[in-house]
Amino acid sequence: MAIIAMTVNDKPVEIDVADRTLLIHVLRDHLRLTGAHVGCDTSQCGACTVHLDGRAVKSCSILAAQANGAKIVTVEGLAQGETLHPMQAAFHEEHGLQCGFCTPGMIMTAIDIVNRHGRPDEATVRAELEGNLCRCTGYHNIVKAVIAGAAKMEAAQ
Amino acid sequence: MNTAMSGTKFGKSQKRVEDARLVRGKGRYVDDMILPGQAYAAFVRSPYAHARIVNIDASAANDMPGVIRIVSGQDLLDAQYPPLPNIWMLHSRDGSEIKAGIRNALATDAARYAGEPVALVVAESREQARDAAEAIAVDYDELPVVADPTRALADGAPQLHPGIANNRAFDWEIGDEAATDKAFANATHRVSITLYNNRLVPNAIEPRAINVQWEGVEERMTIYITHQNPIGMRMLFSAVFGLAAEHKLRVVAPDVGGGFGSKAPAYQEEMAVAFAAKLIDRPVKWTADRSESFLTDAHGRDHLTYAELAMDGEGRFLGLKVHTLANLGGYISFSGALIPTYMYATMLCGQYAIPAAYCRVEGVYTNTCPVDAYRGAGRPEAAYVIERIVNVAAAKLGVDQAEIRRRNFIRSFPHQTPLVYEYDSGSYEACLDAALSLADYSNYAERKAGSEAKGLIRGVGISAYVEACGIGPSALLAKLGGGGNMWESAEVRVHPVGTIEVLTGAHSHGQGHQTTFAQVVADRFGVPMENISVIQGDTDRIQAGTGTYGSRASVGMSAVLNSCDKIIAKGKLISAYLLEVDAETVEFDDGVFSSKATNRTVAFGEMAFAAHAAAAFPTSEIEPGLVATSFFDPPNFTYPAGVYVCEVEIDPQTGVVRVDSFCAADDFGVIANPMIVEGQVHGGITQGIGQALWEQAVYDPDTAQLVTASYMDYGMPRADGIPDFKLTFCETPSPSNPLGMKGCGEAGAIGSPPAVINAVCNALGIDHVDMPATPEKIWRLCQLREAS
Ligand code: FES
Ligand code: FES
Repeated sequence: MAIIAMTVNDKPVEIDVADRTLLIHVLRDHLRLTGAHVGCDTSQCGACTVHLDGRAVKSCSILAAQANGAKIVTVEGLAQGETLHPMQAAFHEEHGLQCGFCTPGMIMTAIDIVNRHGRPDEATVRAELEGNLCRCTGYHNIVKAVIAGAAKMEAAQ
Repeated sequence: MNTAMSGTKFGKSQKRVEDARLVRGKGRYVDDMILPGQAYAAFVRSPYAHARIVNIDASAANDMPGVIRIVSGQDLLDAQYPPLPNIWMLHSRDGSEIKAGIRNALATDAARYAGEPVALVVAESREQARDAAEAIAVDYDELPVVADPTRALADGAPQLHPGIANNRAFDWEIGDEAATDKAFANATHRVSITLYNNRLVPNAIEPRAINVQWEGVEERMTIYITHQNPIGMRMLFSAVFGLAAEHKLRVVAPDVGGGFGSKAPAYQEEMAVAFAAKLIDRPVKWTADRSESFLTDAHGRDHLTYAELAMDGEGRFLGLKVHTLANLGGYISFSGALIPTYMYATMLCGQYAIPAAYCRVEGVYTNTCPVDAYRGAGRPEAAYVIERIVNVAAAKLGVDQAEIRRRNFIRSFPHQTPLVYEYDSGSYEACLDAALSLADYSNYAERKAGSEAKGLIRGVGISAYVEACGIGPSALLAKLGGGGNMWESAEVRVHPVGTIEVLTGAHSHGQGHQTTFAQVVADRFGVPMENISVIQGDTDRIQAGTGTYGSRASVGMSAVLNSCDKIIAKGKLISAYLLEVDAETVEFDDGVFSSKATNRTVAFGEMAFAAHAAAAFPTSEIEPGLVATSFFDPPNFTYPAGVYVCEVEIDPQTGVVRVDSFCAADDFGVIANPMIVEGQVHGGITQGIGQALWEQAVYDPDTAQLVTASYMDYGMPRADGIPDFKLTFCETPSPSNPLGMKGCGEAGAIGSPPAVINAVCNALGIDHVDMPATPEKIWRLCQLREAS
């Protein structure tokens, strides 16, 4: 067991976890932030994606202990009260989700794509989404949402 | 039936109500829940595809930290816990009944596919349960395996179930064999094809999950389960498994993260967890990991088919003859017998007027995961057969792909096919024209030349599918061997303040019912969407229903509409009192009751308040309150259809097939919400492209081990392999429901595999290539092409 300290969605937290505990389980089971999902056991699906110190990471592939001292943002930390993050709004407007299970991971990856590429073109978005699986949407509207979200994020700055 | 919905909501691309929680990460899926006193289950699974279970030694595991209880198949037998049901009673050609092997919630005598659950551990934490499961020593006696249905049928093959000779569960037929033979005898041309419809893993991104709570004192059970049909599950858990009386059993399916059919069956694991929870009197949760999903979520497809088509001198179809071996897996899954028979063979004539048809299907047990519904469930397999053989026929006759279809289309409706179904409506030629124009088919040669200039090989493929949706009526299904019960129910409750609850037995797993069902009500009542909540997926709130699969939303929405109309009828009576006029003179339009006899009006909300206040009318004549319930049993299936055109570009150096464009013209009848429908078509086409190019559950022929058991080995479609889609709709209203809807959920997955493979064959100038058209396979074909 080890005590780890992190900032999660701007709140400092300190928890005692077993050494083998993964970040995703700390978020979901201990902190009850169930937005990030577990869709696989091979780090392939991206449903568990959160931001760690500003970068998108698959929280199923990171030990909680590795996140000691880190700043974590989950999908629950994006909206400002009633106001959705521009990327969340874009997913809604472009119908970028159906069952919604992949969506939190998609949105966290999408924001990271925009952070790194500014206003990405379609080919870039498609290539960058390689690590996030969606079985419902055929990606068509997700790609549109990321592009629209990028514009909204720029406008919001 | 009238198809008039004239308001401003229905038929429009309303943004989805459900998104508000889903984009915030506030969805509530089964695994998100932790109940007080929560315990966790993990399974011990057979590492062998076929083995006798000699002994299970749990002594080491029993003493491990956190372990609460270990359950084996023997515990189930001791408690007389029943085996899983096969809900479809087919008869073979010789009149004998389907031969269903016994499938217990945990394997007892033997395991029949790799990953079959053998024992279950309940512990204080997920990790402890898994650790203990690993410590259980099972002594297996390995048995010979067979993964391939042709081999399984052969004499001397390993036998899976006692008393089921040659592993043949059924040998079923449909159609008129003699008439079909006669058509072939009179034919000018005959073509044939042998094809394999590859086995797929449904891969909903949310794995299966269940959390079961037993309250011993009250003998109540609450089951949270990620499922497409919670009400059906309640009946099963109660009537078949006896876990609690039906009125004390609550099944809740909260947000469901995709299903595509794979969350419609009853599974061994869920039945075992429910048993364990009652046994230990604590909430027990199990969530599959992805490896378990690959091994045990009911797979889809897996047909080996030989088909022949007879034509006259002009290429008009005279007869169709099909023989299919359907690989059922180690057991018959819940509706596993239905899929390759009535859901498949009945659709084999496609969009064509074929006077005679006959199909024989042999259902075969093999040491593989059981097969059940997967997006389209039988219809994609049928469309693939007919749409592939039509292209083989076109090539043989030297007729264009579009032209041979046009020549054979059904042109008047209703149309009785030789295979049971009567198609309700359609305009096949209009769809073809729309698709060809969307795809700029007439300028194809230019694009082909452009590809060639780049050293690439271009091909174009057309497919014209028709399917059966909306499944019903109950009596027809019962006649075909099913349990009936194909209606859907809806209760509409109008509160005194005018807010409205809609309770539906349909259950969304991504289709956006909360939005589309509310659209119907908002328009019918002329009230804002915000005033309406759609309640689904909780049997304590909704008492009756049949869930969502086979694009049944049209059935559920029709029940909603009928309930609305009952409310309006009552509203007219109440308004008559408020307006002091004769009830017959009251009309209702856009949220307002009025009568020509007076210039006063009553708003819907006013009427609702009056209904509850019950002061304005004699309650001896009109009951107070404003609730209406309807059960809608459709008079027929609905028959959505469409034409898809796909262009591919093949790189002969690598064998990679790139889908360059994909155009779809679909006739879904009246469309509730184009945005949502388009989204479902995108998803369906993508799953179909996946089947055509990458996806396959591959079993090792010698060990029957699943070698594509993770996202690292199984070719899931990813964003970078999928093109932009172009869609258009041709709307021919269905006469089978008051909304004129047909259903759109499976369409994409039905129409796209043949379109893609037709394009690949067209590019390479070959008769056929089996799915998936992987780079390796295509590269070899390119080599052959170059050599010749
Ligand atoms: S759960 Fe983390 S990548 Fe799938
Ligand atoms: S919306 Fe269902 S998996 Fe992406």
